[in-house]
Amino acid sequence: MDLTNEQLIQMYTTMVKIRTFENRVAELFADGKIPGFVHLYVGEEAVATGVCENLTDKDYITSTHRGHGHLIAKGGDIKKMMAELFGKETGYCKGKGGSMHIADLDLGIMGANGIVGGGPPLASGAALACQYMGNDNVAVCFFGDGASNQGTTHEAMNMAACWKLPVVFINENNMYGISCCTTKSMCVPNIADRAAGYDIPGVVVDGNDAVAVWEAAAEGINRARQGKGPSLIECKTYRHRGHFEGDPCTYRDDAELEEWKEKDPIPRLEQKLLEMELLTQSKIEKIKQELQKDLTAAEQFAEESPYPDISGLLEDVYT
Amino acid sequence: MPDMTFAEAIKDAHVVEMERDPNIYIAGEDVGVFGGCFGVTAGLLDQFGEKRVKDTTITESAIVGTAVGAASAGLRPVIELMFVDFIGVALDQLYNQAGKMKYMFGGKAKIPMVMRTACGAGIGAAAQHSQCLEALFMHLPGLKVVMPSTPYDAKGLLIEAIRDDNPVVFLEHKMLYAMEGEVPSGAYTIPFGQADIKRQGKDVTIVATANMVHTALGAAEKLAADGISLEVVDPRTLYPLDGETIFESVKRTHRLVILHEEVKFAGSGAEIAAQVAEEAFDYLDAPILRVAAPFCPVPFSPPLEKAYIPSEQQLIDAVKKVMA
Ligand SMILES: Cc1ncc(C[n+]2csc(CCOP(=O)(O)OP(=O)(O)O)c2C)c(N)n1
Ligand SMILES: [Mg+2]
Repeated sequence: MDLTNEQLIQMYTTMVKIRTFENRVAELFADGKIPGFVHLYVGEEAVATGVCENLTDKDYITSTHRGHGHLIAKGGDIKKMMAELFGKETGYCKGKGGSMHIADLDLGIMGANGIVGGGPPLASGAALACQYMGNDNVAVCFFGDGASNQGTTHEAMNMAACWKLPVVFINENNMYGISCCTTKSMCVPNIADRAAGYDIPGVVVDGNDAVAVWEAAAEGINRARQGKGPSLIECKTYRHRGHFEGDPCTYRDDAELEEWKEKDPIPRLEQKLLEMELLTQSKIEKIKQELQKDLTAAEQFAEESPYPDISGLLEDVYT
Repeated sequence: MPDMTFAEAIKDAHVVEMERDPNIYIAGEDVGVFGGCFGVTAGLLDQFGEKRVKDTTITESAIVGTAVGAASAGLRPVIELMFVDFIGVALDQLYNQAGKMKYMFGGKAKIPMVMRTACGAGIGAAAQHSQCLEALFMHLPGLKVVMPSTPYDAKGLLIEAIRDDNPVVFLEHKMLYAMEGEVPSGAYTIPFGQADIKRQGKDVTIVATANMVHTALGAAEKLAADGISLEVVDPRTLYPLDGETIFESVKRTHRLVILHEEVKFAGSGAEIAAQVAEEAFDYLDAPILRVAAPFCPVPFSPPLEKAYIPSEQQLIDAVKKVMA
């Protein structure tokens, strides 16, 4: 199976959409329009994009504290996202969740997550539901290199392996969990090496190559759909910005960042599509203008929306 | 006395104790190179080196559990749980292991460890990074629970916690980190189980914890203008709890309002109210009232979060009610 030309353009568009969204969120956060914490996905767009291009609305994903990219790639509405980041009533969670808790269950987005390692068991659980109900939907779990060391992650993978659950664990190895480098947090070269411990496929892929991610994910996801059980795919990537906005990043080298910027996934796909003559400069401009228009509309929607009324404080605790 | 922030006072307690006892080590996520998520341990890695200031993987269960094991084998760990909400990941090691070991082993084990952790709402950190959970820890026999409200108390209580031979949960409200106050240099301890009367008064006793102490002091200032005199009692440690000081205060004022940030339902105030009802019921001229958070997770949106956190006005209203 190969990517169609439409899919390639779609993937490029999605990546640029994530990038422009995140860059604008950084500005809005700095301007004090967005309260709390935001963790941006700039530099890692190829992972969510390549994976989600294989999914339908009926498939599930679990996300992380760095969730905006996953949401957008899975089809999330940036208006409702932006409103949620602003803490507004019209946001995805009525303003109750914020950046770390955006969810859209209709799109199978089981939520960003404030707990590192919170997602993997949830993904295995969603996969159990798919298996139990006998459909061919799957669950995908995005998790970081840091999260790979949580007990919950191991527990969820082992259970998924034992029960042959239709789940794909997508590790986003950006080399850091806040300040803690993988050189200090693990003793094997690859997180995917741990798959051997569960007797499931473990694959390492260039996480800044959207097409390579798509291919690896396609294999894991098809395997899961066919009832052959889980797999673990490690995407090597890098976050361009701090762990959270405001992080001075003193724990890593500027040179390292510059090196990774050379491998920026967006110009890489752009170059490829230009060479394939699927894109032209004017087409790129048009895509960017369209995205900018939508982003401006989303921001305006968020700005103009009301804050939630405090009468709703105690609503939604129980069903 | 030098002025220090609450965060600096806590760091100073580490320094004083680590210089004294080579068996103390620090461990936690980003406590070394990064200096702690709230900057509390900044500089300690340079001062004490990697052996004693350990950056860990993101594995709360192992951070707490290795501390329990190391403590039972002779070290004195001071670990940082970045946010108290993450105790969900590590609770077994704290309450089934640390909390019960001594008792289960017929008194043989000794677990001298401290788990420091940041709690509380106010920075828009949403449901999984904002809770106060002191009652949860109070409910677990074998643990001591400390909740300071000033830089002075924080340093003295932390040194006491480090020297204590039991597992101690040390709760740091994140809105207090930047607060300044006078802190003596060098070592001093504040014994556990000694409440502090932060303001003397004669009409109503307010028992408050952590940054709610300051909310109570603000209300006391305002009500003083109306001729109402509040006595503000800060238990400082919730286990052991200094009932005596609270009972004595209530016997003088005949009225009690309890103020805390954690949820009201089954919160720490429920225990305090019950003890006062048992020991000083005859002295009360009005029902005991509690001002505390509503029974829901902490919301993200600023107006909701503000409505969630108990306010000075809510306390004033409660005081007027017990005075009526
Ligand atoms: C249980 C838990 N522990 C710690 C944290 C604090 N924290 C938030 S993000 C993070 C780093 C996560 O690293 P990684 O999984 O690699 O994801 P990345 O941030 O690199 O995307 C940490 C330690 C948390 N939110 N939850
Ligand atoms: Mg990481």
